[in-house]
Amino acid sequence: MSAVRAIIARDLRLGARQGGLGTAIGFLLALIVLVPLSLGPDLALLSRIAPGIMWLGLLLAVLLTSEQIFQQDFEDGSLDLMTMTATPFELIVLAKAFSHWITVSLPLAVLAPPLGLMLNINIAQVPMIWVAMILGSFALSMLAAIGGAVTAGLRRGSLLVSLVILPLYVPVLIFGIAASTSGLAPETALPSFLVLLAITLVTLVISPLASAAALKAYLR
Amino acid sequence: MQKYANPHVFVKLASVVLPYVWALTAILFAIGLYGALVTSPPDYQQGETVRIMYVHVPASWLALMIYSLMAVFSAIALIFRHPLADAAAKSAAPIGAVFCFLALFTGSVWGKPMWGTWWVWDARLTSMFVLMLLYLGYMAIWRAIDDPHRAASIAAIVALVGAINVPIVKYSVDWWNTLHQPASVFRMSGSTIDKSMLWPLLVMALAYTMLFVALLLVALRGEIALRKLRSKRLAEVRSK
Amino acid sequence: MRLVAKDICCERGGRLIFESLNFTVEQGELLELRGANGAGKSSLLRLIAGLNETSSGSLSFQDTPSEISVNENSHYIGHAEANKSALTLRQNLSFWAAFLGTGNVERGLAAFDLTDIADDQARLLSSGQKHRLSLARLATIERTLWLLDEPTVGLDQNSTGKLNDLLKSHMDNGGMAIVATHTDLGIKAKKHLTLKARA
Repeated sequence: MSAVRAIIARDLRLGARQGGLGTAIGFLLALIVLVPLSLGPDLALLSRIAPGIMWLGLLLAVLLTSEQIFQQDFEDGSLDLMTMTATPFELIVLAKAFSHWITVSLPLAVLAPPLGLMLNINIAQVPMIWVAMILGSFALSMLAAIGGAVTAGLRRGSLLVSLVILPLYVPVLIFGIAASTSGLAPETALPSFLVLLAITLVTLVISPLASAAALKAYLR
Repeated sequence: MQKYANPHVFVKLASVVLPYVWALTAILFAIGLYGALVTSPPDYQQGETVRIMYVHVPASWLALMIYSLMAVFSAIALIFRHPLADAAAKSAAPIGAVFCFLALFTGSVWGKPMWGTWWVWDARLTSMFVLMLLYLGYMAIWRAIDDPHRAASIAAIVALVGAINVPIVKYSVDWWNTLHQPASVFRMSGSTIDKSMLWPLLVMALAYTMLFVALLLVALRGEIALRKLRSKRLAEVRSK
Repeated sequence: MRLVAKDICCERGGRLIFESLNFTVEQGELLELRGANGAGKSSLLRLIAGLNETSSGSLSFQDTPSEISVNENSHYIGHAEANKSALTLRQNLSFWAAFLGTGNVERGLAAFDLTDIADDQARLLSSGQKHRLSLARLATIERTLWLLDEPTVGLDQNSTGKLNDLLKSHMDNGGMAIVATHTDLGIKAKKHLTLKARA
């Protein structure tokens, strides 16, 4: 377990130093500006689509940072060395995806809903959106790890990563939005959150297995 | 199974079997289309346009079946390292993608007279759209990775993860659809499937399946030839 | 305890690099790996490290009290540095020490004269210094088998001497090493293995 702890500690420190989060927040802000520019500033319209836009922003921002999960360690040979211990590689991969969640997805999920105020989001919806996004952000990081692992050795992987991960994001998005807007239909609240939780648990199992297998294919 | 692992044996076998498969395909299409266009009755609601169903529904069945087959081939490739398995998956993908596109296209064309628009986000079409993305992603992975052995492993993983995703997406999209359309939507296949409509549907499905088998054999043969060519060329280039 | 390789072969990208390789390395021995570029020295080292797979044959530690995995008891120092430029030297070595089990970071830093700059970020290092930082892993964490791929490339004479001292004391303490090199190592190798490039 010391290996897992060492990875998380190092990745948290690197995350803080190298500032991927700042760029992700910048991206989110840029997206928010583009929405009224493309759809018009009608506040009623913006208020209706605000939760959806915030979720799209979260999805895309996490997606765009997915390459940083494994890229550096793959390129500088660290990933090679990480297979040379008794600790299962799947756990190490899980540790890296977890660190990505802590340093990127979770902060984004916390910061995004208040930014929704710029889209005239209904204040009453914000608490639900917050909880749904924080819960959903974990699955987003786990799935982003699969995308990052599958494109680890590729130079220009970004569009490919998006194409591979976005279909995986569809269930998270559907139930994340349902949970976010369930204030309007309370009987759907609990089922939505439960399914979101179930999806999260599924990704918790699949992601380390698929990512570790993909990375090993690149390392050989 | 192991006997067919030898590419030479497979190619010989495929060449022998192929003419019969094509013949069977032609016969089944003839019967199916006759049933679809001539003998089956027009729908009481949709009139003659219901006949698109005979093209659309089997196409969507095949699109889904081929992806499942791709996933099975991928699993065999990863677990048993059967040399033809990943080639089979790779060859099946474009065929499945075309069936998927056909389903989407005919779905759209069918919908125009009914809904007045070229596209509607109902549960079936939306799920099929996501399936299309899964196909595209899988094919893109093969193209993006230089080393064929590596590409085979990674593509297999992508196919399997996608396969797990398919039922989850279907469930999610169905649920999303009921959320946004609480009133019941009439099903694309008509209210019930009458016996006179069922048999042409099944024959068409069989015809599509035979077509898939024929195309798969052709594509697989081509893939094997391509790999032989590549390793020959690789040896020549490396020896310089 | 000895390392025994029987009939191992290596295939990369569909091409056979070498086959039916046999060798043994006893405790206290250094095996020198020679061969032209492309002969497969790096592939062999990576194979022993467990980073590549062999399609046949076996590779294992024998005459050991309990089963010991080669992969988990080797150091592999290849061409990639495996260091993070945003961390300090000390933080880099501490990470590997914590990750790989236990280690003595100060001993590692001292072995290659890196103590003075230990708290500087690795991004400031010259390429020779970066290489010394990678080699410092050998002195930080103790592992039985050292797999070194052309370790003296980019090193000045002083550092090469330090590496030789390190190798010598590792051998004296019952360690093993397999070193791929084009140049003469300062230390006498007991065994040699030359790989020939295949046509």
